[in-house]
Amino acid sequence: MSIIIKTDRTHPLEQGIKPSEITSESAYLNRREFIKQSGILAGAAWTGGLVAGGLSLPAMAASSDYGNDFKDLIKTPYGKGESLTSFKDATTYNNFYEFGTGKKDPAANAQEFVTEPWSITVEGEANKTGTFHLEDILLHAQMEERIYRFRCVEAWSMVVPWVGFSLADMLKRFEPNSKAKYVEFETLYDPKQMPGQKRRVLDWPYRDGLRMDEAMNPLCFMAVGLYGRDLPNQNGAPIRLVVPWKYGFKNIKSIVKIKFTEHEPVCTWNVTGPKEYGFYSNVNPNVDHPRWSQATERKLGANFWEPKTKTQIFNGYGEQVAHLYKDMDLTKYF
Amino acid sequence: MEATIKRSLLMQLKEILPGLCFFKPIIFIICLLPFAFFVSGAINQQLGPNPVEAMIRGFGDWAFYFILIGLTISPARKLFKINWLIQYRRMIGLFAFFYVCIHFSSYIWFDQYFDIGKIIQDIIKRPFIAIGFISFLMLVPLALTSTNKMMRRLKKNWGRLHKLVYPVSILTLLHYFMMVKADYLVPIVLLVILSSLLGYRFIPKLLKRS
Repeated sequence: MSIIIKTDRTHPLEQGIKPSEITSESAYLNRREFIKQSGILAGAAWTGGLVAGGLSLPAMAASSDYGNDFKDLIKTPYGKGESLTSFKDATTYNNFYEFGTGKKDPAANAQEFVTEPWSITVEGEANKTGTFHLEDILLHAQMEERIYRFRCVEAWSMVVPWVGFSLADMLKRFEPNSKAKYVEFETLYDPKQMPGQKRRVLDWPYRDGLRMDEAMNPLCFMAVGLYGRDLPNQNGAPIRLVVPWKYGFKNIKSIVKIKFTEHEPVCTWNVTGPKEYGFYSNVNPNVDHPRWSQATERKLGANFWEPKTKTQIFNGYGEQVAHLYKDMDLTKYF
Repeated sequence: MEATIKRSLLMQLKEILPGLCFFKPIIFIICLLPFAFFVSGAINQQLGPNPVEAMIRGFGDWAFYFILIGLTISPARKLFKINWLIQYRRMIGLFAFFYVCIHFSSYIWFDQYFDIGKIIQDIIKRPFIAIGFISFLMLVPLALTSTNKMMRRLKKNWGRLHKLVYPVSILTLLHYFMMVKADYLVPIVLLVILSSLLGYRFIPKLLKRS
């Protein structure tokens, strides 16, 4: 791992998250425990309500798909009634060009990827910047499970039970200032570990971003797991973004940097094809990709006879997010 | 000495092989293997999480591979002096057309579910689909005139007509290039192969002319 840990002593996070210097082996081995403990604490607050409700979630996939890497996980009502994509399909059909451009490449090439220790650098328009060890960030996270629809720009889709925590809760702890209009994320650049980066298929490192009000929407989620298991490497371990009303490529994986900015951040796919992949990239059946229709989508796991599903505006999350784009021409700001 | 023996053995093999009665059926069955692979994969659910895409793309890939194999026959025949190869050109060409047909029909069936309005819209709206469709249309007269009877009837024009395969090969590859999101490695490799096959035919002619 070639991450340089930058310690910013001028802006220490006083409450909770501290910019750490070196992670001892025992500390990072304990990360999973931290996650589980925070789950227990948070779970206690919800007892009676949703924990019991979780058992009755109708959307359970085959039980073999489920793991229990996270104990006492809060089950949320998100995605109730959705039928889940199988664990196998969701973890063997991936776009993660850092590990190759074929759909099976990430599952094949990411197995040796080292995600512990892991740190995230926070920069830009915020009071608490610096480099933080992932376990310090996770220490204060309320782990919950949310079932979200996931719609790829390539017109396929899946339904995944993510494990993670609210993006807004995390961002608030870095205390963004009034100049912070956008937040930018960056994926690890490490061609030794990520063989796909040896060729300049995309403008590495992968970057993407959100407008601040989008990022603060309660739907935005930082995922560290799926199907009750730790996030598989091919799905963006150890930590990735999930923004369910946007096309999949906005859900940046293996995040090492978060930057608060005043101006619209550079997004990798937008640079690659400005006419095809906009900054917003909200799921929209009425605005086609120049080369294919976005009106329908193919569910992963669907057989030959199953018709394609109609794509919903904002991937069906319009009620929660449509207000963010009112008075905006969605064909112009696609 | 050894080298000459080896060479003569190879020469003998080269001549005996095509004479064997089972040779042509074997080649025919080999050409059907990709088709069998996708059909059995579809039945046994082994085409992955997105089987429709795997099948449509797979048939498309093989259509282009057969076009390339077909274009290899004449140069290989001249370079290695294997005359009997020419007997397989028609079969390979028809297999290319076969894979184009099942590529196009699996798009009509499993991607559009026979919605004619949508298919027409798709062809008009999306250049890469339009180009694929045009290459399909251009291959139809070639397949229809592939019989001995048609060959005799068309005489010189038969050769002229079948030169259509050159623009078709270019359009087909263009169709592939236009579908790619970011990684052009595979179509670039195919472009190198196609360029050498077409270059072998046209560069000497161009040099003579100048």
